[in-house]
Amino acid sequence: MRSKSKRNGSPKASKSVRILKSNGSPVLPRAVVPLKERRLVFGHKWDYSPAPETFDYLKIAPRHELFLNGKFVAPSTGQYFDSIDPSTEEKLSEVALGGEPDVDLAVKAARRAYEKVWRPMSGRERGKYLYRIARLIQEKSRELAVLESMDGGKPIKETRDVDLPIVAAHFFYHAGWADKLQYAFPNRAAEPLGVVGQIIPWNFPLLIAAWKIAPALACGNTVVIKPSKTTSLSLLRLAGIFQEAGLPAGVVNVITGVGQTGTAIVQHPDVNKIAFTGSTEIGKQLAQLTAGSGKRLTLELGGKAANIVFEDAAIDQAVEGVIAGIYFNMGHVCCAGSRLLVQESVFPTVVRKLRDRIQTLRIGPPLDKNTDIGAINNKPQLEKIRELVQSGVDEGAKLVQTNCTLPDRGYWYPPTFLTEVTASHRVAQEEIFGPVLAVMTFRTPEEAFERANNTPYGLSAGVWTDKGSKIFKMVNQLRAGVVWANTFNKFDPTSPFGGYKESGFGREGLRRSAMSGLWTSAGREIRIS
Amino acid sequence: MKAPALLRTAAAALRVPYSALRIPQVPTVDQVMAEERAAAFARRSIKTSAKLAGLKTVTSMMDLTTLEGKDTPGKVAYVCQKALHPAEPKFDVPSCAAVCVYPNMVRYARRFLGDGSPVKVASVATGFPSGQFPLRTKLEEVRRAVGDGADEIDMVIDRNSFLAGDHAKVFDEIAAVKTACGPAHLKTILETGELVTYDNVRLASRIAMEAGTDFIKTSTGKVQPAATMPVTLVMLEAIRDFFFDTGIRIGMKPAGGIRTAKQSLAYLVMLLETLGDDWLTPELFRFGASTLLNDVLMQIARVLEGRYQGADYFSLP
Repeated sequence: MRSKSKRNGSPKASKSVRILKSNGSPVLPRAVVPLKERRLVFGHKWDYSPAPETFDYLKIAPRHELFLNGKFVAPSTGQYFDSIDPSTEEKLSEVALGGEPDVDLAVKAARRAYEKVWRPMSGRERGKYLYRIARLIQEKSRELAVLESMDGGKPIKETRDVDLPIVAAHFFYHAGWADKLQYAFPNRAAEPLGVVGQIIPWNFPLLIAAWKIAPALACGNTVVIKPSKTTSLSLLRLAGIFQEAGLPAGVVNVITGVGQTGTAIVQHPDVNKIAFTGSTEIGKQLAQLTAGSGKRLTLELGGKAANIVFEDAAIDQAVEGVIAGIYFNMGHVCCAGSRLLVQESVFPTVVRKLRDRIQTLRIGPPLDKNTDIGAINNKPQLEKIRELVQSGVDEGAKLVQTNCTLPDRGYWYPPTFLTEVTASHRVAQEEIFGPVLAVMTFRTPEEAFERANNTPYGLSAGVWTDKGSKIFKMVNQLRAGVVWANTFNKFDPTSPFGGYKESGFGREGLRRSAMSGLWTSAGREIRIS
Repeated sequence: MKAPALLRTAAAALRVPYSALRIPQVPTVDQVMAEERAAAFARRSIKTSAKLAGLKTVTSMMDLTTLEGKDTPGKVAYVCQKALHPAEPKFDVPSCAAVCVYPNMVRYARRFLGDGSPVKVASVATGFPSGQFPLRTKLEEVRRAVGDGADEIDMVIDRNSFLAGDHAKVFDEIAAVKTACGPAHLKTILETGELVTYDNVRLASRIAMEAGTDFIKTSTGKVQPAATMPVTLVMLEAIRDFFFDTGIRIGMKPAGGIRTAKQSLAYLVMLLETLGDDWLTPELFRFGASTLLNDVLMQIARVLEGRYQGADYFSLP
């Protein structure tokens, strides 16, 4: 508490005001922290209590069957495999292993539904089913989000706020297209393709399923879909929603299983199109398998996206974008911004901010509402991440990780970035598909897009600058399917998505996905320039 | 950033105001991403013991405010007593950080609280809320308030000069007020609702910090919008940059529009995750509010006793 005398003394200070105005004498000193001690402390002064999402209402059946011709049926193989919670390694349920005969039955059911029901149906009627499905997804979105989180290791915050809203949005959006397709392409009549085989990955099990199923159905195609081995449960629950919505039998068939199950779908002679999202390695095999078969193929594969931060960017927001770009969904994102290219002049600032920012990322139980980083989806992936980061360290990169403690059980990897990475490092070239960022520098815009393009992939890129003309210059030079400017990882059914080079071909979303689900009556492909 | 001492010497040699050589450059702010980030803090789920600790901290950071033409010594007494003892002892709630009043009310607040009070006396000044007054009268106001016993001065910046581009004048005025404050702490109100853009807010924050303020504060509470999450975030980020540039820790005070306990916890989360543990203290963070306090107390009672009590069970400030 100040003394009275000090208070009385204050009017004298007024004299110095005039002095300051005239000769710039210093303002009163405030305590100065020496340069070396300037750091932010993210400790335990105020710890958040656990905030678990309840899930006791969620009944997970001990065994999940195939969804075939509108019914849940046992697989011909008689075999089941375990689906585990990657955050605890505990078994959640067992899932049917679909064999070749099951795939054959599914394709036959889909063909029947296509010929007898779905194709003859008016677009308006098809739209009604899709709207009904969309509404049911919204109604059940919390339980779907919880299940997605348990089965895949994704934080509930993301499944609740990102995955499920987008899943519903895809059905709503494409429902709207169903009755308008005949007017969408002037002087051309649009025709569906037939039976579409879809194979989807484990990083966004429900979202990518919606992404593929909704446009296919809107266009009048029927579907045989196979989820990834580690994440079947949410899609099977979606199949239950199809049942509840009264979707005609056979319009969508879910065949769970392993790689061979997928191969059986791809090789089935009565499938008209294959849509695949997954690794580039498998994508290449599918291209070989479908070559010469007359099947159409769209591939949405890996990526090694560059997030380019210019010195004139809004730095704090750019850092947020970089964080969202690589640590969203534990980096299990094909379009993740896994290479950070920072203009050399702001490199120290950006690295310092990144270092502080990752300390505030909370890693822990996926069902805790405050968890930012959940579990790595599966063990082989965890091993791959470890191996690649080790290679980075061996090649001379500097490792920066959060100092959080990881749970004892389950598959975990802390948010990580590597500095002193050059373009020749493996971590700068190979897709890590984990929460690992490779940080590099550039000097000029030309160098930035040259380096950004210097990868076999081309799925996405990010540009951070305050200057609009620079954004357009960069966008025109970057060979990537999606370029985000001053934002990252934004998905919307109205916006197309897909890659260049080894990131695949074909586009998801907007009318473009409808394009890939349709022939014109003359059998020519519809193209939009 | 160059050494300020050198600049000051240079300014003195050139016989120009220090500010003429030292209007800082600040990074731009991206509106969309800043708002997205600010919204993310409000999605943190603060429960049980974390909620209780957070709400008590919020109480200890509160500048309990009454800024009305109809303020009287009697009203000021209500506010002072409430700030000293916000709730029944069984809730173990700390005192508020300060009471915030008009200059004419400072002497009454000081008399009520006495000299050894844990609750500080803050006074708005410099032609609050518009700031459209001559510097001479502004400084006189500050000196009088400090003379009457104010521990803290909440000044308003000259938005007129700022928006007209005369940033040097804004700087010099803050520096002059800081000097006039003597030992009193200075909080600088930017009135972000009138600056409108985040770029303006960021620049004004930096000018105030360079000019010697101890705190930056969003609003007078007389202009809408007052404090918002994104505007506070932008200011916290400015504080963070200033700290790394100079080693000086500046305080932050969002004021106006924070009415619920839930909102206040979101601000606390934002503070913690932007500036870390060191800023989680009334020395460096304040809430300017009046109706917030009783909502916070109601939630504290809810956590401790498991049920809500009616508004009449909490005394009015």
